[in-house]
Amino acid sequence: MLINTVLMTLLAVVTIAIVRQRSLFGVVILASVYSFLMASVLVVLDAVDVAMTEASVGAGISTVLLLATLHLIKTTEIRSVRPHLMPLVISVGTGAILVWGTLVLPPFGTPDAVIHQHVAARYVADTIKDTGVPNVVTSVLADYRSYDTLGETTVIFTAGIGVMLLLHRARRRGRSNDGET
Amino acid sequence: MSLDLILRVGTKLILPFILLFALYVQFHGDYGPGGGFQAGVIAASAIILLSITFGLEAAHRIAPQSLVERMIPLGVLIYAGTGVAGLLMGKNYLDYSVLAHDAVHGHELGIFLVEAGVLITVASTMTALFYAFAERGR
Repeated sequence: MLINTVLMTLLAVVTIAIVRQRSLFGVVILASVYSFLMASVLVVLDAVDVAMTEASVGAGISTVLLLATLHLIKTTEIRSVRPHLMPLVISVGTGAILVWGTLVLPPFGTPDAVIHQHVAARYVADTIKDTGVPNVVTSVLADYRSYDTLGETTVIFTAGIGVMLLLHRARRRGRSNDGET
Repeated sequence: MSLDLILRVGTKLILPFILLFALYVQFHGDYGPGGGFQAGVIAASAIILLSITFGLEAAHRIAPQSLVERMIPLGVLIYAGTGVAGLLMGKNYLDYSVLAHDAVHGHELGIFLVEAGVLITVASTMTALFYAFAERGR
């Protein structure tokens, strides 16, 4: 309970700091801190596989890529002239609806929740018999739900190729312009 | 310059452990937390750390850009190919039970191959993305 309170308070503090921070370098570092806090929350929730992904991707790789992007652009956010009321209303409203939605969810960790009644029970019971792999997360990701993971890998492939095409094309265009002048 | 020295020596000390940890996360994923995705990101972070400290040329010597860019589709092909192997042996796509004599061993082998595919694609995509950004910064 105490650790939950501490983590949630820190998350809120970091979020407010990100919103108020004008230096983009500070924003990137704070976003990295946010990801580490999120990874800790996921460890508290016993989702260690997801926590590992959050720590390595959210706090690690995306921070590096954002810093690399900052190297290419200006590093100060332009202060907006007038306050944006509409986005604030929309985000607070969406947040309130989401919180309202959680009120009807079964309590965390309830074994007879709907989500645990469908195929999940079979996966947990049969993973050793079917696949010989004790980590249910791995057997679900790579075996029972193999199609989904194939899709995810293809998404990473597509996204990577897309970003590289964009960056490489811009570089080539810049080079040819240099040649003409 | 003295700070630079600490960074260089520290990087050299920590690099083998990062790579070893990536392999541990990859191959211990069947028993503990982890798997191809996390291991791929950790392996890519080793290359990124190397290029931040020693420059892009040093990283290109170990992981050349052309090789990294070829590894991106290779991982997806390994994954999809594992599925096709199931088809060729008369079962459904991505059914691993025919990959070995024993159904359970087939599943273990299938998960190993699929995770290897994920590792290759994720590690090379992350590295290639960093290369692409770093090249534009020059």
